[in-house]
Amino acid sequence: MTFVLTKNCEVQNMPQLEVARKHGAYASLEKLFARQPKDIIEEVKTSGLRGRGGAGFPTGMKWSFVPQNTGKPIYLVVNADESEPGTFKDRFLLERDPHLLIEGIIAASYAIGSHTAYVYFRGEFYRQWELFEKACAEARAAGLIGKNILGKGYDLEIYAHRGAGAYICGEETALLSSLEGGRGYPRIKPPFPAIEGLFACPTIVNNVETICAVPYIVREGGAGYRKFGTEKSSGTKLFSVCGHVKKPGVYEVPLGTPFKSFFKDYCGGTNGRPLKAVIVGGSSVPVLTAEQVMTMTLDYEAAQIAGTLLGSGGMIIVDDSVCAVEALADLARFYAHESCGQCTPCREGTGWSKKILDRLEAGRGEDSDISLLLQLADNMGGKTICTFADALAMPIRSWIKCFRTEFEDHLRLKTCPMKIGTLNSIRSS
Amino acid sequence: MKFQFTKEREAKLPNIFAKYPTKRAAMLPILWLVQEQEGWISEEAMQVVAAKLELAPGAVQEVVSFYTMFNRKPLGQHHIQVCNNFCCRLRGADWLVDYVKQKTGCKVGETSSDGRFHLSTVECLASCGTAPMMQINNDYYENLTPEKVDKILKDLT
Ligand SMILES: Cc1cc2nc3c(=O)[nH]c(=O)nc-3n(C[C@H](O)[C@H](O)[C@H](O)COP(=O)(O)O)c2cc1C
Ligand code: SF4
Repeated sequence: MTFVLTKNCEVQNMPQLEVARKHGAYASLEKLFARQPKDIIEEVKTSGLRGRGGAGFPTGMKWSFVPQNTGKPIYLVVNADESEPGTFKDRFLLERDPHLLIEGIIAASYAIGSHTAYVYFRGEFYRQWELFEKACAEARAAGLIGKNILGKGYDLEIYAHRGAGAYICGEETALLSSLEGGRGYPRIKPPFPAIEGLFACPTIVNNVETICAVPYIVREGGAGYRKFGTEKSSGTKLFSVCGHVKKPGVYEVPLGTPFKSFFKDYCGGTNGRPLKAVIVGGSSVPVLTAEQVMTMTLDYEAAQIAGTLLGSGGMIIVDDSVCAVEALADLARFYAHESCGQCTPCREGTGWSKKILDRLEAGRGEDSDISLLLQLADNMGGKTICTFADALAMPIRSWIKCFRTEFEDHLRLKTCPMKIGTLNSIRSS
Repeated sequence: MKFQFTKEREAKLPNIFAKYPTKRAAMLPILWLVQEQEGWISEEAMQVVAAKLELAPGAVQEVVSFYTMFNRKPLGQHHIQVCNNFCCRLRGADWLVDYVKQKTGCKVGETSSDGRFHLSTVECLASCGTAPMMQINNDYYENLTPEKVDKILKDLT
């Protein structure tokens, strides 16, 4: 796995500037400053790079939305909030190659005309934040951050900012509210951050992995990046794999890689039991059955055809020891806990879903519960300030669709038919 | 009790303010400074922070109460946070919660009688591939087994 992002992730002491430089860190800057910012945006458009934070929005296009004539400062904000269950890929980059992120921030800031970048770390990432601060200090001392970078007349400050524990702060507008010193409440869009974001100024929010792909694109060109992946899903993507899998971990693969070979060759398959279900893109995306996922390739279009999303690339492998109702109840608990509470359908819908799923799992469900859950999902989807509510609506619909008989069995038998195989009993076996 | 920043921390404030165009944006960094010093954030401290940010105390209170990592009461010396999210549970997190309870004598949400430990359960800490896991103060402990937990708890001062 020697590609775009993880090339140097196994190098000892890579977070030290001297080591990083030996391995080519900051080599893209000469090329960067030799070109106009708008040409860099064009190059990123050509590359076909799409946002790796979850929504998959084309990065070059997003950058081109930034108005350059408002007289206001422009901000780059890097989203290092990584809190979606199943997702631990940004952390991998932050721990192993922080200079790659800094190099990407310099390129992205230069392209959009920003002179101040903030990196928003989830509060729990204390060590990662500390490491990044250290890397920034070294880069600053070497003239890579600050005034007149490398004598090229471009100024950039980079500041690391810590959140304090709230999943919703990963949503970009909530993140901005939080960065401004308020509660992490999402805001109604439009206005989009590119027009009116941080401190009411034009702002680009990008995920860590997205920004880390930029130095490669500057160095090798958009066309060079397109050597990896498919026509519509270019480049490489990180997948963080967890659950019932032999070799959990973070893997970089070209988009378009068949799931089946990825799962076998990189992940070593399941722990021995038959595969039941896979969530390919973090807890918020629709679940797939083993049959569905085995014919899928890992790219944006194939995911859509299969009825799911690549999301963050947080892949959760579930074997046949798991009860679908208990799994969904567990997911619902997370969303009920993390709703920011601003919108009634989300606040009430996540809470009710959890209650209903808990009673179904306990064998105390009512006949109408399945249709009630689907109704709640319909009510949550698309009717709220942010897409957090959809992030539970999608799992509800898909788990019921894929494993409906299991839900019905709970009602009929008035107990969990997999008692022997529930999450609780696996751990004691 | 009156709250006051130590000299060292007071000296950090101008640097923090210099990072942002508004005073209010320094809220989270300054609250972190309070918690680093005291272990929690008292009403008195919130008033001091509000004065520094030129805000009403209520504006600071609403922020402190929104974020789960800000402690509004003193916790034990070591804050143990066990992840019990879906992904950790797939890899056996349930025994971990029970085990840590038994070892520390704390129930979830409580501080041990000697004040050494406070136990919480938390949602996903981005460590799903190395589950079961817990965070103690600023550090992650991953791929846990009962033997590892014994050693980790013993080594805490
Ligand atoms: C509930 C919710 C949580 C999110 N959490 C994250 C996150 O932890 N990290 C992230 O990069 N994006 C997260 N996003 C997506 C961001 O809103 C935003 O789209 C992304 O940071 C943009 O960067 P990209 O275009 O580079 O992907 C989340 C979105 C939602 C709705
Ligand atoms: S959808 Fe949920 S999380 Fe998003 S703003 Fe509304 S209440 Fe908050």
